[in-house]
Amino acid sequence: MTTSIKQLPDIEQVLSGNGACGGCPATMALRIVGKALGPNAIMLLTPSCSVASMGMTPRLGYNWPCINICFATAGSSASGITHALEIMQEKGRLQGELPTVFTWVGDGGTYDIGFQALSAAAERNDNMIFFCYNNEAYSNTGVQRSGATPRGSYTTTTPSGKRQQKKNMALLMLEHNIPYVATATVAYPGDLYDKVAKAKSISGMKYIEILAPCYLGWQFDMPETVQMSRMAVRSGAWLLWEAENGKISFNKPSASIINGKKDAAPVDEYLMKQGRFNRLLKGPDAAQRIAEIQGDIDREIAFMRERAQITI
Amino acid sequence: MKSVTKAYRPISWPTKGAGGDTGSWRVRRPVVNTQICNKCQICWVFCPEAVIDRNEITIDYRYCKGCGVCATECPTGAISMEKEE
Ligand SMILES: Cc1ncc(C[n+]2csc(CCOP(=O)(O)OP(=O)(O)O)c2C)c(N)n1
Ligand code: SF4
Ligand code: SF4
Ligand code: SF4
Ligand SMILES: [Mg+2]
Repeated sequence: MTTSIKQLPDIEQVLSGNGACGGCPATMALRIVGKALGPNAIMLLTPSCSVASMGMTPRLGYNWPCINICFATAGSSASGITHALEIMQEKGRLQGELPTVFTWVGDGGTYDIGFQALSAAAERNDNMIFFCYNNEAYSNTGVQRSGATPRGSYTTTTPSGKRQQKKNMALLMLEHNIPYVATATVAYPGDLYDKVAKAKSISGMKYIEILAPCYLGWQFDMPETVQMSRMAVRSGAWLLWEAENGKISFNKPSASIINGKKDAAPVDEYLMKQGRFNRLLKGPDAAQRIAEIQGDIDREIAFMRERAQITI
Repeated sequence: MKSVTKAYRPISWPTKGAGGDTGSWRVRRPVVNTQICNKCQICWVFCPEAVIDRNEITIDYRYCKGCGVCATECPTGAISMEKEE
């Protein structure tokens, strides 16, 4: 059973009055992550909105030891820390439960700039949770395209809409044969909480990616953050799944879409709510380009359904 | 602030208000109608700012940014966004 809202612990690791935009999906997600991780953890961040949101020195908006590292190195820096902690424990210089080493990195720092260091850390199966909060663009620098930006989306570097499909990063991580991979999003906090709690209990490399609809980059109204997250899931544009030791299972409500019990909502409504698809929807070839995006989603659903059948 | 050995002194300390008194960002103020509220805690779970008390359903206006997520998600319509004076 998924943990209900009332069962979530009281503990707050994200402190009120931080520097994030109102309605920020990244802080919304990090709050839930904090409830699952608790205070005994070390956080690593690469340049991103979540770094800008930490607030002004000497104040810090997150209640963990936080290390800001350079863009390409989330995976390798976290590896270094986790190894150092293990050695300190072996030598008796660290008693008690080891802190959870986790990264909190944007899609730019995961899909693109940090991919090599992440892939290497996964190949070594180093003990950490690598979180990617995915707002589908380089938001902190004014919304540029990333490998996570979906086809058709406006960004400052794709003024007429991105022409390429986003990559399936969580699946790429699964193919590293790591013990745990999961996807989540802010509209399903119990699901996110359970996944983080599970990841915390597993040793080795864990990858959790959280879809984080950002009103600024996606151009919707600020109070709609959670609505947009829900629509992403209902349209099948974002699938909720987890894989323990390589075995994929889908979570509600994505499970019903995958097993055919429920049809995914047509993507139009989801696109129409977001200003970043405006130009595409108003252009002369709108129908064709919407069909392309729907095609990407349908293909991904069909592919993941088949991929989940492979359990060897 | 606690005194620590210089070599281990962090640059920053966790504290509320690291981004200032963010309540001043607010254009609209969420107001809870306690007559309608059923204390389901949905507003609490989605508030990015952690300014809603989950038991009392009261809001810390010193830091509430007025994003309106709580009002949008409230299933009973107990939260209204009222214009700041
Ligand atoms: C090596 C390097 N290149 C570029 C930058 C500038 N920069 C800072 S934050 C950022 C955007 C990060 O995007 P993402 O990882 O998706 O996080 P988001 O801002 O979207 O939360 C960029 C490009 C930098 N700090 N270092
Ligand atoms: S730009 Fe988006 S992700 Fe960045 S702080 Fe603002 S709401 Fe959050
Ligand atoms: S979401 Fe609405 S009904 Fe539920 S606790 Fe908050 S104010 Fe009350
Ligand atoms: S308006 Fe936003 S910051 Fe203020 S209480 Fe509601 S959800 Fe929290
Ligand atoms: Mg990003």
